Amino acid sequence: MIDLLVMAGVTYLIRALPLVLVRKKIENRFISSFLYYIPYAVLGCMTFPVILYSTNDICSGIAGTIAGLFFAYQKKGLLFVAIAAVLAVLVIKEVVRFV
Amino acid sequence: MEQFLRGIKDGIPIALGYIAVSFTFGLTAVAGGLSVLQAVLISFMCVTSAGQFAGIEIMFAGGGLVEMAMTQLVINLRYALMSISLSQKADQSMNIFARLLVGFGVTDEIFAVAVGRKEEVGKEYMYGLIVIPWLSWTLGTLGGAALGSILPVILSEAFGIAIYAMFLAIIIPAGREDKNVIWVILIAASISMLVYYTPLKNFISQGFVIIIASVIASVIGAVLYPVNRENDSIN
Repeated sequence: MIDLLVMAGVTYLIRALPLVLVRKKIENRFISSFLYYIPYAVLGCMTFPVILYSTNDICSGIAGTIAGLFFAYQKKGLLFVAIAAVLAVLVIKEVVRFV
Repeated sequence: MEQFLRGIKDGIPIALGYIAVSFTFGLTAVAGGLSVLQAVLISFMCVTSAGQFAGIEIMFAGGGLVEMAMTQLVINLRYALMSISLSQKADQSMNIFARLLVGFGVTDEIFAVAVGRKEEVGKEYMYGLIVIPWLSWTLGTLGGAALGSILPVILSEAFGIAIYAMFLAIIIPAGREDKNVIWVILIAASISMLVYYTPLKNFISQGFVIIIASVIASVIGAVLYPVNRENDSIN
């Protein structure tokens, strides 16, 4: 329960404090560049390699990853890419089950 | 009131997108051993995708509070930048009280819609924009948490990939726009894989891998490819 409060507290403060305290634009080029890259770096290392193992078998994991990469590259929306990956996983799981 | 309704209308597409991912979150949380109430409370109080998924992994692994706080700090650091950026767009109605409330609901998608508007944004608009996605995030979690156990295994396993596919949908298009972003993603993913596939995995917890990999990759990015003042917005 305490870990939930820590999680919620940190998440809230990091969003609310800058909104209250920082009203000027960040001028430091290094800091603004660092902040620009952080979201992509975080999501990149959270995604790889665990996406391959996220479905409990590597074959369907690879298929889902390929489908996700393909449709993300086509700039499809979040929901579309998620559903496409899930469907690719389901197809491979069904195929594997019958061979 | 008119601005509030405007916000509600703009929030509905975001809310629809949140249902699938929060459903997966609820399912994952309960599968890992949390109660339905805990899963719903986390979504109700945090309203963030990546942070919550990383957070429950730390809970499952029995990680400490410092690790939890540090991980949330790094993963959610992007919100600080979004809040700073949103702050520049706020009108006079956004007093301190309103900012404390709006701060709760700054997600990637809500931020993107708010700063995408031509005019300044006021508190009523932001309240409207936040409330429906917040509810759908919470209710989707409830759905996943409650139905997870009666869902066929093959379906719940397949849903496991949904959150990562969403991450791809965020980072890959950004990488197409700016190839420096691709390099930063590759560096972060390589460090993560290096740890995963070597004995280092036994010494470094998942939360710290995220911190180390993303800070190293972003510092390298900031040093090698500093962003121009003109296009330093997150989108």
